[in-house]
Amino acid sequence: MAEATLQIAEPIQPTEGARLRGRVFGQKSLTIGLGIVALIAAIALLAPLLAPYDPYAQDLTRRLIPPFWYPKGSWLHPLGTDNLGRDYLSRTLYGARISLLIGLSVMVISGLIGTTMGLVAGYFGGRVDLLITFLITTRLAMPVILFALAVVALLGGSLLVVILTLGLLKWDRFAVVMRSATQQTRSLDYVAAAEAAGASTARIVLGEVLPNIAPHLIVVATVEAASAILLEAALSFLGLGVQPPLPSWGLMIAEAKAYMFFSFWLIAIPGTALALLVFGINLAGDGLRDAIAPDGRG
Amino acid sequence: MFAFIAKRLGLALLVALAVSMVAFALVRLSGDVASAIAGEGARAEDLELVRRTYGLDRPLIVQYLDWLWRTLQGDFGSSLYFKTDVIGLVIDKFPTTLLLGILSLLFALLISIPLGVAAAVYQNSWIDRLALALAVVGQALPNFFFALLLIMLFSIQLRWLPVSGSGSWAHFVMPTIALGYYIAPAFMRLTRAGMVEVLSADYIRTARAKGLPGRSVVFKHALRNAVVPVVALAAVQLGFLLGGSVVIETIFALDGLGYLAYQSITHKDFPVTQAVVMLLSVFYVLLTLAADIANAWLDPRIRVA
Repeated sequence: MAEATLQIAEPIQPTEGARLRGRVFGQKSLTIGLGIVALIAAIALLAPLLAPYDPYAQDLTRRLIPPFWYPKGSWLHPLGTDNLGRDYLSRTLYGARISLLIGLSVMVISGLIGTTMGLVAGYFGGRVDLLITFLITTRLAMPVILFALAVVALLGGSLLVVILTLGLLKWDRFAVVMRSATQQTRSLDYVAAAEAAGASTARIVLGEVLPNIAPHLIVVATVEAASAILLEAALSFLGLGVQPPLPSWGLMIAEAKAYMFFSFWLIAIPGTALALLVFGINLAGDGLRDAIAPDGRG
Repeated sequence: MFAFIAKRLGLALLVALAVSMVAFALVRLSGDVASAIAGEGARAEDLELVRRTYGLDRPLIVQYLDWLWRTLQGDFGSSLYFKTDVIGLVIDKFPTTLLLGILSLLFALLISIPLGVAAAVYQNSWIDRLALALAVVGQALPNFFFALLLIMLFSIQLRWLPVSGSGSWAHFVMPTIALGYYIAPAFMRLTRAGMVEVLSADYIRTARAKGLPGRSVVFKHALRNAVVPVVALAAVQLGFLLGGSVVIETIFALDGLGYLAYQSITHKDFPVTQAVVMLLSVFYVLLTLAADIANAWLDPRIRVA
């Protein structure tokens, strides 16, 4: 019965789509994807140097100035200003920090939980597997965004609460993929050889099994990082994520919603930044997978 | 087959029970429910009265069992914000969300299956690449951002569709697109992969060798087989769509379960939040159960596992 459940849970596997994407971008997908992610990471790290203004500094005399490509725009504020007169370029640059921080930390937390569960379930099988499969199935039945919204509303929105909530919720895909990958690896000769040689269970799992399923782990990690970034943006957009005045891209879109009609750039700029980052991560993940497992089965 | 169904049913029940515990704990453990009910600035005597009236002074396990017992009888308590029966409220909103979910699913299938078939039939052609590019871009676009782009285009520029509300079919157009486009890439890829595999199968070569026209081979013989996994995925995706409806319904103020959940969360109306979480989770469990049984019926090998 566990099998049937997990087969349902696995359509998320990016393999086929990843292979397809690889055909379009060829060997370039890794380069382009990593390039985009590296660029945004550099922006995040160097934001204090790159940003022309303080991202929190308000100037009510300079509200809603359009970006330079509008007739009324000026190079003083290349991407314009928001409704509180804050420089939009500076806010967008600083926003990269929040998205990347969320993506990375949620990926690490949920990755640690999910990978441990998947390895344990796949390696030991039996009742342990049954229990973990049950936990995965239960987790899958709970709508992530609804739970995250409720938790953040109860605990109060902050960067830490959002990171912990998403990290504790999003381990399911890691667990599902790691479990089936471990099951496949467990019956291979080199695992049997290590067992025969008297290696300890911890050594076998961490030294033999884990390195061999690492390609799967990398693919899931990129997918999860991208999905965590989108979730944070959605939570912040609904006002139940990180709180003002932090320049989260999702929050910036929420604040700009009321001015959408006359100041469309206010939602277009952070929206494009979000889409570009997620696009880059997805592309890099596909490229990495192709580089590690060229047969397309990774 | 009977043993398989019994086992799956048992698992589904256990999962539903576990979700009910989480839904209960979620609200009870992380905040002071009494002060949420009494409102801000309530006096200590009022809080004590509220605790006794709502039975919040009893041990948690007793409260849980009591809550579960009443939930099983369809009594979810009454809403703290809307001041009505939760069950009536939920039943009132569910059809809107279910309709939105089904429409989004149909929309996703409607664009993804033809694209997937075309991409498989004309492999490596410009159609294949276009389908792929659409999928890659679609998956990177945040759905709330896409929803705002739709509003900008259809409501503000073209003035074709209403921005928000749920009075007529026109109110469902943009939410359907905004919710459905996100799952379309998964269907597209599954269709394409299935078609590529099926098109190289022996019985397709036989059909072609018999001299059947290409169109008939693709649509009557190949698609029918390639689409089976898509149908299985569709059942599960409907569950995801209902969960994801929170964001989209809130943006368009579409008066369904998702919007209700958002309102209940912002107003700390915990009986409503619990009811919506329970309902959506149980619905998801039922959908996966149905999908599993359908799969096992179609593919006898699964039953043994």
